[in-house]
This record gives sequence, C-alpha cells and structure tokens, in this order.
Amino acid sequence: MLAGILFSLGLTSLLVRRDLIFVLMSLEVMLNATGVAFVAAGSRWHQADGQIMFLFILAVAAAEIAVGLAMVLRIYHRFKSLDVDTLGEMKG
Amino acid sequence: MTTLLWLIPVLPFAGALLLALVGSRLSRRAATAVGVGSVGLSALVTILVAVSFLSAPPPGDSYTQVLWTWINVAGFQPQIGFYLDALSLVMVLVVTFVGFLIHIYSVEFMSEDDGFSRFFAYMNLFVASMITLLLANNLLLLTLGWEGVGLCSYLLIGFWYRDPANGLAARKAFIVTRVGDTALLVGLFLLFSRLGTLQIQDLMQRASQQWPAGSALAVAAALLLLGGAVGKSAQLPLQVWLPDAMAGPTPVSALIHAATMVTAGVYLIARTHVLFALAPAAQFAVAIVGAATLLLAGFSALTQHDIKRVLAYSTMSQIGYMFLALGVGAWQAAIFHFMTHAFFKALLFLGAGIIISALHEEHSIFRMGGLRKELPVAFWTFLAAGCSLAGLPFITAGFFSKDLIIWSAWSTPHGHPGFWLAAMAGALLTSLYTFRLIFRVFFGPLGTPVTKRPGYAMRIPVVVLAFLSIVGGYVKQPLVDFLHSALPPTIEAHTGGLTEIGSEGIAALIFLIGLYLAYLFHLQTRSLADALVRNPAGHVMHQWWFADWGFDWMYDKAFIQPFVWVARINKSDFVDAFYTGVARLTELFYRGLSRTETGHVRWYAAGMAAGSVLFIALVLFL
Amino acid sequence: MELAFYIAGAVAVISTVLMLTRMNVVHALLYLIVSLLSVAVVFYVLGAPFVAALEVIVYAGAIMVLLLFVVMMLNLGGRAAGMERQWLTPGIWTGPVLLAGVLITEVVYLARGATAGLGAGAIAPKEVGIALFGPYVIGVELVSMLLLAGLVGAYHLGVHQAEKPEIQHDADTHERWADASGDLVLAGTDQPSRTP
Repeated sequence: MLAGILFSLGLTSLLVRRDLIFVLMSLEVMLNATGVAFVAAGSRWHQADGQIMFLFILAVAAAEIAVGLAMVLRIYHRFKSLDVDTLGEMKG
Repeated sequence: MTTLLWLIPVLPFAGALLLALVGSRLSRRAATAVGVGSVGLSALVTILVAVSFLSAPPPGDSYTQVLWTWINVAGFQPQIGFYLDALSLVMVLVVTFVGFLIHIYSVEFMSEDDGFSRFFAYMNLFVASMITLLLANNLLLLTLGWEGVGLCSYLLIGFWYRDPANGLAARKAFIVTRVGDTALLVGLFLLFSRLGTLQIQDLMQRASQQWPAGSALAVAAALLLLGGAVGKSAQLPLQVWLPDAMAGPTPVSALIHAATMVTAGVYLIARTHVLFALAPAAQFAVAIVGAATLLLAGFSALTQHDIKRVLAYSTMSQIGYMFLALGVGAWQAAIFHFMTHAFFKALLFLGAGIIISALHEEHSIFRMGGLRKELPVAFWTFLAAGCSLAGLPFITAGFFSKDLIIWSAWSTPHGHPGFWLAAMAGALLTSLYTFRLIFRVFFGPLGTPVTKRPGYAMRIPVVVLAFLSIVGGYVKQPLVDFLHSALPPTIEAHTGGLTEIGSEGIAALIFLIGLYLAYLFHLQTRSLADALVRNPAGHVMHQWWFADWGFDWMYDKAFIQPFVWVARINKSDFVDAFYTGVARLTELFYRGLSRTETGHVRWYAAGMAAGSVLFIALVLFL
Repeated sequence: MELAFYIAGAVAVISTVLMLTRMNVVHALLYLIVSLLSVAVVFYVLGAPFVAALEVIVYAGAIMVLLLFVVMMLNLGGRAAGMERQWLTPGIWTGPVLLAGVLITEVVYLARGATAGLGAGAIAPKEVGIALFGPYVIGVELVSMLLLAGLVGAYHLGVHQAEKPEIQHDADTHERWADASGDLVLAGTDQPSRTP
C-alpha cells in the first residue's frame, strides 16, 4: 500500500512538473516505490527474490539517471531552458 | 446444297470478325476483298440454296438445320438452328443480293474515308445479324439477330463519330428501338411462360391449340410483338428515329434503313402470323398503325428539303403499306412489296448518295437542280426507282406490289374501305413527293455545280437495281404462289363494287394526278409552291408536317424532360450519401485522433498513465 | 516494529508530497533524500537489511548526489524557482490527482486482502548473495552490461559538450548526429539546426 501511494505521488508529480529535473526526480520516486513493493513482496513470502529485484531496479535507475543527466546537460547548453513543454514544441 | 445454309450468316460474320481484328493492318484492296467478298459469297450460297430448294422442295416445304443447342436449362433448350422456308428464303435472297450491291457501291463511296475497314466490319456484322434474324428457328435466336442489327445500326449511324450530332442521332435510334425491343422481350416472356417453347413452329402450333381465337393472352402477346416491330420498323409511335438516322453514310441508309433492318418488323409479324390470326384485335392494330404511318409520313415527306430525309419518310410510309398489308391478312402482298421496295428504295438512296457526293456534300434539294444532263446515270436510275415507288402502271415493280396491297385493303375479310381510301391517299402523296423530289433535283436551272462524277463501282449497282425495279414486278404471280407454302393465302372476301382492275385503274389515275401536281408546283410555276408555303394556313401545316407532326416535341416534353429532371434531382444521391458518409466518418475519426498527437511529452505520459490505469481497472472490476 | 514501519512510511509520504510542491529545486532534492532515507528504514523493518543499506548508499548517496551536482552546475537556483511559481497553478493539479486517485483506489483494492507479515524473519545478506550467484546470475550479467552501456552513453554525451558549447552545423555526420541528439526531427537532413 505504501508502494502504491508513493507510486501515485510520483506519477502525479511527473505529470505536473515542467522542469526537466523535476521530471527526473519524480521518475526516481516512482522507481523507488516499485522497489518498495518488490521488497515487501519478497519479505512476505520470505524469499530473497524481492531484494534481488530491487537490486536490479536500482541498477537500472542508476544507469538511467546517469544518461539522463548527461542529456540534461546537453539540452541545457543547447536550448538554455529545461522546460519540457517548450522542448517538446521545438521537436515538433 | 441446302446443307450449306449455315454458311449464309457465317460468311459475313467471319468477314466482320476478320476486319474487326486485323482490318486496320490490311490494305484497301484486302479489306475490300474481305468485306465485299464475304457478302458476295453469302449471296452466291443463297442462290445455290435457293436453286436447290426450288428444284427439290424438302418435305413440309421447310428445311431445318440445327447447329447446336445454345442453352440447356430445365425445360428451355433454344438452339442455334436455321429454318428455311419460302418466306425466309425470299427475304434472305433480297438481303444478300441487295446487300452485295450496296457493298460494291460503298467501296467507292467510302474510298476516301479513314474508317474504311471499320465500315465494312460493321456492315458485314449487320448482314450477318440480319440473316441470323431471318433464318432463326426460335425466337431467342431471332432476338439475337434483332439486337445485332440494332447494335450495327447504332454503330453505323454514328459512324462519323467525331461530330457529336451523329452520336446523338445514333443514340436516339438505339434508345427508341430499345423501347420496342423491351416490348418484344416481354412478349417473349409471355409466350414462353404460357406455351413453354420458343421454337417458332412449335410455338405457332401450341398457340393455335391452346389459345382460343381472340383470347386475351394471344392479343397481349401479339400486341407486344407488334410493339417490338414498330420500334425496329420505325412506325407510329416509335418512328422518330428514322429521319435523324440519315446522319450516317448513305450506303448505311440504303442498306439498313431502306431495305433490311426496317423490314425486320414486317418479317417478325409475318413469321408469327398464326398468333396474329388468333388475335384479330392485334391484327387490326397492325393495320391501323400501318395506315396511320403511311399517311403521316407521306405528309412529312412533302415538306422536307434534305434529300435523304424525304427518302427516310418515304421508307416509313412504304413500310406502313407493308404493315397495312399484314394487318388485313395479305401476307404475300406484304412480302412482295418488301422485295420491290428493297430494290427501288436502295436504288433511291444510292442515287442520292451519288448526287450528294457529286455536289460535294450538298443535301438540300432546293439548292440542287438541272442535274438531268450532268449526271445521266443517276438521273435515269433515280427516275426508274421513283416511278417504281410512285407506281407507274405496268412498267414498274412498285406498281404491282403496291396495288396488290391497295386491292387487299379493300377485299380481304379484314379489309375495310377506309383502309383502301387511306392507301390511295398515301399513293397520291407518294407520287407527289417523289416527283417533287425528281423535278427539284434533276430539272430546272442548274443549282450547285457538279464537282465529281461517279465511278464504275457506284454506277453498276444502281443500274442493276434499276433493272430490278422495273422487271421485278413480273414475278408477282410466281412469288405469291411460292409464298403460299409459308404463309396463308390471301382471301378475296368481298369486292363490293370494285374489281382488282378497277382499283388498279384508280391507282394509275392517282399516279398521274400526283405527277401533274408535282409538275405544276415544282417545275412549271415554282412560285406557286412558295406561295403555298407562305400562306399562313399553309405555313402552319408546313411547319407541323416538317417537324414530323410534332412527335419529337411531344416525346421531348413527355419523356425526356421529366427524365432529365429526375436525373438532376438524383445527383445528390441518397445512396451515394451513405458511402460518402462512411468516408466522412473516417475523416472525423482521423481528425479527432490527429489531435492527440500534440508533441508534448507530458501529454503522452499522461496518456500512458491513464491508459494503464484504465486497463488495470478493467481487469480488476470486470 | 509495526510502529516504526508506520512512522517511516508516513515520513516517506509526507516528504515526497513536500518534494513535489517545492519551488526551489534544491529544496525538493533535499526532501527527496529524506524520503529515500525513510524508505530505507521501511526496508529494514520489512526484514531486508541488505536492501536498506543498498538504498542508502546507492540511491540516496550516489544518485541524489549526482542530481545535486547537475543542479548546482546548471545553476538552477533562483531563476528556476521563479519560473516554477509561474507554471504551477492549482488548476494544473486536478487531472493528475484524479488519475493518481484512481490508481490508489485500485492498489488499495488489490492490497486489502494482504496482511503485513512484518518481522517474519530478516533475510540475511548471505542469502541474497547466494541467490544472486545462483539462479539469478544471468540477471547480474545483464545488469552489468546495462551499467556499461549507461556509462559509455553518459561519457559520450558528456564529452563533446565541454569542447563545443556552441553547436554549429558541420558536414561531419558524426557531429550532426551528436548535436542533433536534441533535435531528432532534423537528424539526417541537411537543414541547419535551429538554435533558440
């Protein structure tokens, strides 16, 4: 349940926020929330699998944020703004 | 020899096929050889068959040759079969022989035309269809020939297709005859559904057995067949197409619209005479149609100034005579008149063709004149044909055949003095308009000068036909006797104060009166004719008769305008709206969906989220 | 134990909410860190000490720090806050909140049957290790490849940026791909990229 709540919060913020950094942050929140869900499930059935899934998710999150931030840097230097809507329009 | 019967229609058909497929690659000579040769060979075969038939008549006076069964459906097996008896033999002889002569003529007439091989392909196809029609042993095959001649008529009237007026005339001909064709088909349906066969001989037998005289079914069937005949033969009320059909080349008019196709109706009625005999009301209708048409056309012919239109109305009138003969039960007279008419009418048209091409496409008789010395061949042959048409006593064939009809109109059981009177009046008109034509074109001061003289190919056929127009009448008695084997004899029921000789005498007198009047108005004091036309009453009549007694106008108002109106309303078709509605619905969806492609990332993310939420909800709660 | 769970959970939720609503990026980041830490506590309570440690070290430690670095580098402090204030109108919250509400309902509905088997026994790190190198070894390999890809990608994206702060159009397709990364539509065409 906690996971669910956290996930929804993350989703909401993702949709609301226009700043790219915030978008990435809320993505992190969502990923974290799913991790919670997995771990809880693992603990419920007393298996290590939940934690392993969490590990994988963590790794994914790490990779994703690395690449994402690099792109953020590029975008900022290119467009001088991090507004998602404007960036989208430029892409057409 | 009679086994060669099948060659008669097949030869021209093969010629047509050959010319249609490779005609454009053949040289003029080769195309001529194929086109004229096929009809020539067909004529030759006909003569052979005729000789064999006459010398050794087959049993029952008829010979049937079945090629194969065309359709084989439960209870309905029409064949490709040919039926030769006196009636069909006479008609096929005339068609092939006259057709052959006209083909020879056409070689020179169409020599400068680009569509030379196309012309002969169509003409050959026409001859093949006509012969199929004449020789068919069942009504379905007859209808095939019927439709074939209709098609060729359309193709040939609109032969010079680059001029839209020709196309219009061709379409008019086709549509009007189509009305008749529909009546014919309905008649066939009726006959088949009631009597179970379309074989002509069987049909006649069953009809006479099963239907009492005067029964409604017989009358209905006969009237429907009459409808078909009326369309094809350009009688009242479907006569409006024939004058406009003169837009085609002159040989076409000669072959199709004088000698052959227009007589298909006559043939049909003669063939199914048993049916008509069973339906006196229908037969009476035939006579009425014939009498009315011959008078109407005669008046109209008197006012025309296009030489071919005069001849067209004349054709209409003469076929009216044939219908009259059929209507009063003078079957042999009708066929005899068909034969003589074929000779002199074809000749008249060919002569007109010579004149028209000599005068460089001049059609109006009021601009012609004095061609007696310039075109002697044309003059003498035209004169012979004209006298035959008008009925110059004893010398010409037309006199014999027409007088037979006039006398039968008086004397047969179905005859009536009214018919006799109408026929006589028609004869007066015939004489009048014929000599009006002759005096205007050949006598008097020179009108349009002659630029071209006809060659041999044009001169020989007209001379041959002129000869036939004169001597053709002498075969009257043998012909009538010969036809007795196929058609019931004409009974002389009542004479009531008139003999045949007497009737002939009166007819001769009428001929002379017409000649004199024409001389008066159109040669001696031509101003008299103009005065008559300018006179107010005369003017009205003139205009009215000129416009074919207003039939064109009437049909336009009654049928064409409403049809066009309906078509115009129907342009916003509601069925169409259904299909465009489908298209528009798709377009609507497209526009709606394309609005979701905003390019905004958040919008897409929201879409995804919403979608997945919805999906989960569906899975959970349904 | 249960109490700890609920408290930690509450902290996590509250801090996340606060994080969402901050104008200033740095503030939001800090709240996020708090949230992550409380989630780590949750993990510990759930009997996964290894994961809890991992969360703190990797997630809160490395990832958040990275985010902070970027924020500092791009100097998104005051100016961005002003823009955020402009953008975040109350009306904008309605749609997503609705959506989230539906989602929460679904989750609650799903989760209502489950009881929290808290403290059913901690799962030792040793167990996790054995499982990792046992049945899940393929997963480990894949993840390592993924990390490698991420590394290379991030490096590649980052390296040109230092050399060319101004993007100019070149005939070099490699360059064009690189500087068209922010402009997918024009990639591969001959048009000069539009600079704002």
